[in-house]
Amino acid sequence: MKCEDLLRMLNDYVDGDIDPAVCEDFEEHLAGCNPCALVVDSIRKTITLYKGEEVYEIPLPFRERLHRVLRERWKELQAHRPCNSASP
Amino acid sequence: MDDSVLVARAKSGDYEAFEQLVSRHERRLYALAMKIVRQREDAEDVVQTAFLDALEHLADFREEASFATWMTRIVTYAALKVLRKRKGLETVSLEEFTSENEEGEIPHPEYIADWRGDPAKIVEQRELKRILDEAIDALDEKYRLVFVLRDVEGMSVEETAKVLGITPANVKVRLLRARLMLREKLTRVFGDESQRVFRSHRHEGDERGATPAEALLKSYRQS
Ligand SMILES: [Zn+2]
Repeated sequence: MKCEDLLRMLNDYVDGDIDPAVCEDFEEHLAGCNPCALVVDSIRKTITLYKGEEVYEIPLPFRERLHRVLRERWKELQAHRPCNSASP
Repeated sequence: MDDSVLVARAKSGDYEAFEQLVSRHERRLYALAMKIVRQREDAEDVVQTAFLDALEHLADFREEASFATWMTRIVTYAALKVLRKRKGLETVSLEEFTSENEEGEIPHPEYIADWRGDPAKIVEQRELKRILDEAIDALDEKYRLVFVLRDVEGMSVEETAKVLGITPANVKVRLLRARLMLREKLTRVFGDESQRVFRSHRHEGDERGATPAEALLKSYRQS
């Protein structure tokens, strides 16, 4: 396997979808090619970082408004459903 | 308490249960909306619209998927609608605006180095968020959307394709580019400069006469 072959199959490998028949070749190349091994490793770290890190924090004023708007809408809906016996 | 229990309670008229669901998921959903629409007011609108939708259609939610997945879909569709509106399109698929240049240049790994360690320990929290935001912001929309839905939200290739109105093959190509581009940017920040690896030695995969980077690029263009 060549470096460019490996890069083409990178997604499948990282996602665990790689054809088992090719996987061995892939890992053999990785074991002998430091640049490719580093690329695979840094792609994994990149994905993990974005998955784990909440990059954007919900603004507090918005959060308060959201809850207020939802509660009001809920009350409106309840008012139109007087038969809802399970209503608290 | 499990989400499904709260959903059942909310369905039977318990607003506190619904509010608890909102509190549990609002942070993640706001972040998702931001990653798609890239603008605070729009993200707020998207999240509010989505929760209002959920509230009004709670009775129709048949729980074939989890509440988290259901909300992710609602927010994603609402956010994509904002993008379409910005382009003056209401019904046309985003794809028509994003399909050009699919065969354009694919980033090849240039900056290759082991990361210096856990990014969360290398830079402070606020700085880390800024770095991640800038890197994802630099991506073209079509790459950003695929990366966010597939890698961050964990949608399958098929579902990502369906949501975006593109083929699974397109999702895969775009995802590879998105991952490589983000990897490149983050490695320039978190990579250990002193340990940087250059593909200077001749590899078995290198074409004669071409530098490794050129050979790699060429192979990408051919594929
Ligand atoms: Zn290699």
